[in-house]
Amino acid sequence: MSSIRLRAALAAASVLALAAGLTACGSDAATPAATASAPAGSSTASAAAPKATGALTVFAAASLKESFTELGKKFEAANPGAKVTFNFGGSSALAQSINSGAPADVFAAASPATMKTVTDAKGAESPKVFVRNTLAIAVPKGNPKHIAGLADLTGVKVALCAKEVPCGSAAVTALAAGSVNLTPVTLEQDVKGALTKVELGEVDASLVYKTDVKADAAKIDGVDFPEAAKAVNDYPIAALTKAPNASAAAAFVAYIQSAEATQVLTAAGFQTP
Amino acid sequence: MTPTAPDARPALDALLRVERTAFRLDLALTAAPGETVALLGPNGAGKSTALRALAGLLPLGSGHLRLDGVTLEEPATGLHTPAEERPVGVVFQDYLLFPHLSALDNVAFGLRCQGLRKAAARAAALPWLERMGLAEHSAAKPGRLSGGQAQRVALGRALAVRPRLLLLDEPLAALDARTRLDVRSQLRRHLAEFEAVAVLVTHDPLDAMVLADRLVVIEDGRQVQSGTPAEIARHPRTDYIARLVGLNLYRGTAAGHTVSLPDGGPELVTTEELTGAAFVAFPPAAVTLHRERPDSSARNVWPATVDGLDLHGDQVRVDLSGALPMAADLTPAAVAELDLAPGSSVWAAVKAAQTRAYPA
Amino acid sequence: MTLSGPLRKAAPSTGGAPAATRRRRSRRIPYPLLLPALLGLVFLVLPLVGLLVRAPWSSLPEQLTSPEVWQALRLSLICATSATVVSLVLGVPLAWLLARTEIPGRRVIRALVTLPLVLPPVVGGVALLLVLGRNGIVGRWLDSAFGITLPFTTAGVVVAEAFVAMPFLVISVEGALRAADPRYEEAAATLGASRLTAFRRVTLPLIAPGIGAGAVLAWSRALGEFGATITFAGNFPGRTQTMPLAVYLAMERDPEAAIALSLVLLAVSVAVLAGLRERWLSTT
Repeated sequence: MSSIRLRAALAAASVLALAAGLTACGSDAATPAATASAPAGSSTASAAAPKATGALTVFAAASLKESFTELGKKFEAANPGAKVTFNFGGSSALAQSINSGAPADVFAAASPATMKTVTDAKGAESPKVFVRNTLAIAVPKGNPKHIAGLADLTGVKVALCAKEVPCGSAAVTALAAGSVNLTPVTLEQDVKGALTKVELGEVDASLVYKTDVKADAAKIDGVDFPEAAKAVNDYPIAALTKAPNASAAAAFVAYIQSAEATQVLTAAGFQTP
Repeated sequence: MTPTAPDARPALDALLRVERTAFRLDLALTAAPGETVALLGPNGAGKSTALRALAGLLPLGSGHLRLDGVTLEEPATGLHTPAEERPVGVVFQDYLLFPHLSALDNVAFGLRCQGLRKAAARAAALPWLERMGLAEHSAAKPGRLSGGQAQRVALGRALAVRPRLLLLDEPLAALDARTRLDVRSQLRRHLAEFEAVAVLVTHDPLDAMVLADRLVVIEDGRQVQSGTPAEIARHPRTDYIARLVGLNLYRGTAAGHTVSLPDGGPELVTTEELTGAAFVAFPPAAVTLHRERPDSSARNVWPATVDGLDLHGDQVRVDLSGALPMAADLTPAAVAELDLAPGSSVWAAVKAAQTRAYPA
Repeated sequence: MTLSGPLRKAAPSTGGAPAATRRRRSRRIPYPLLLPALLGLVFLVLPLVGLLVRAPWSSLPEQLTSPEVWQALRLSLICATSATVVSLVLGVPLAWLLARTEIPGRRVIRALVTLPLVLPPVVGGVALLLVLGRNGIVGRWLDSAFGITLPFTTAGVVVAEAFVAMPFLVISVEGALRAADPRYEEAAATLGASRLTAFRRVTLPLIAPGIGAGAVLAWSRALGEFGATITFAGNFPGRTQTMPLAVYLAMERDPEAAIALSLVLLAVSVAVLAGLRERWLSTT
């Protein structure tokens, strides 16, 4: 009997070793953002910025992945000798790593509240809002429930983001602005979760960012609604005080606010502040 | 070659044919009611295969198995009674008592499977434990029983379902030498009381000779000889059997160092001191033959007549009749010197030191 | 878990040289085993110590009075226990099938059974949605025929947790079955037990320790389940928000609260497991 018990224990140990608690982080949308060609006047903007060299590490909110990846390439092209590395993820997780001493130069957050945790910890100074994101209703392709606005969401299955994450608090604001009282079937941990449920048809609609709708345009349709204007999410960016490459960090922050960068960001669905 | 009369229908009538890779069992086995048959043979001879086939744990390739006139298995007609539906009890070599059940619940297990409620099954099982002399151990788990006790619980468990065929797989092999003597005599009593057929598998000729009415010697999946222990000892058909069943065995009543054989038979002097029913055994090689009455220290001396001579390897097995029928092994030179031939009158002597006595 | 201290104190009363020799022998643990063993222990325990050290002890009472915490905890315990029951009901027979029968493709089936172990739970959740979701192959039929929808329901949480936890139970029980002598089942058969009776009355009690270990593993895994649950069942307080989901979302807003919630989950699971262990030890 003891050998059975021992075997059971061994089996238990080996399977525990296998079971890594995997959680999905960040969003990696499959469709690349529409590429924006740089206008003629944009070269002056990048020329005005200080030249950057060396390795540069940028921590950025997951929703910025497509646009920042593109902007990183343009930045490297404009600054030979500079090498940009991105770390995309949930804003609050990134803020926690920065506060725990992660070697980053620039932080671009999806909400001022998250940025505030870094500035409060003296990790960054005077962040600048460079884009804003607004909500849209994501519906399955073809909009089978004919949803035209927030009011149509009351009779259908809706996924919202949890109020702890930026898209969730924005949704609460928008619904309040439209005086729509709805009970969602789920409060997702991030935008990607809410999008997946729409893609699979498990819910009839979800409130997500406009940029997410654009990035996922192959699989879902988006419906704009007027109350979205009341729930605007600001994206702040800042060079970090402990940046290993301070000059390049300053150059990158300046570049993101340039006309050329703004064009790329608006093409992805962001709004200018 | 079975001693069963042709008109008496045997209780067990089996033709066991099983094909395995590089092994073939082809064994006809019959037994009369109340008879105990021992399957004796070397390892790998097919004894256990035969036992498993009888129990229904291994399907027959062909042949048949009939018990009390009821056909249990016959591949030709597609008949196969599963193990749980056969009136067959098995005592496994290492007993396989269920470790989570008490001795009583082990015995009651089969009765519960027959549909008895827990209390009724226990009530019916208790007499079996009492019969095995284990009533005071009824609450003990098998892990706390000695080897001999476990063997008896296993026997009680198999007998409690009142099988019509009792199978015993090397019933004494797992016991130490001391326990073995006791358990063997107890087992012998229980087998003698058992009214249906018992088939015993063993590689130990002494166990076979003590416990069984009839031996079936098998080699390579086939029967090579069958008969009573004495018949086989005196007329071994192969060299292997001569070596294997080289034992003269007698049952009598012991009083001190003497064992008296029944019906006014001679007395044998032994080194062991016993009282009551006993077996006495000595190997054929321990017998010396003389033309004149020997004047030696041997106290076991009897007149005998040579009934037959068989050469086995470098030994001649001499079959002797007389007051004490026995087998003797001699070298061919000794046979020539004594000028032995069937019908010769001789004196047979055995030293007390070369006999072994066991309680029966 | 025998401690050497009381043992040593008790030794003189039992007295004699043999006890002394035994004591000496038991103390000699070879370093090549001891060092990695201690290192392993430290590796496993240190992160927990970290949680305890960083725990917001002052605000802990306030964190724990929130009804949402108790709601999530209650849901977690109910769902993990239900998932374990589901795993037992389905997993033990499955383990028996794998260990005791010659069904074709047994190796492939065993590999498939263990697949949820290597599958990232989120992917497992998506897979469940594809099958049991309202547009899923089976889910569509469940919906139209019985009006049953699993996603976003408490039953969905149980399904997701059972999907992830059952392989632990199956592997554990199959191992126990392989270690158990199949001849006991043969012995039961010769006593008139059908295969089902033999399984119920002989095999099950024989492998009870293995089933217990597997159930504990499955329960623990179900209790900590996050990815498959949030993907398949979503997150809604009181209905599908289990403790791990609450912890994750608390991490977004207030890491200290997340630590507090984790501690509650840890304490409860340790208490439950210790209680079960106590019970087993006292009954055997």
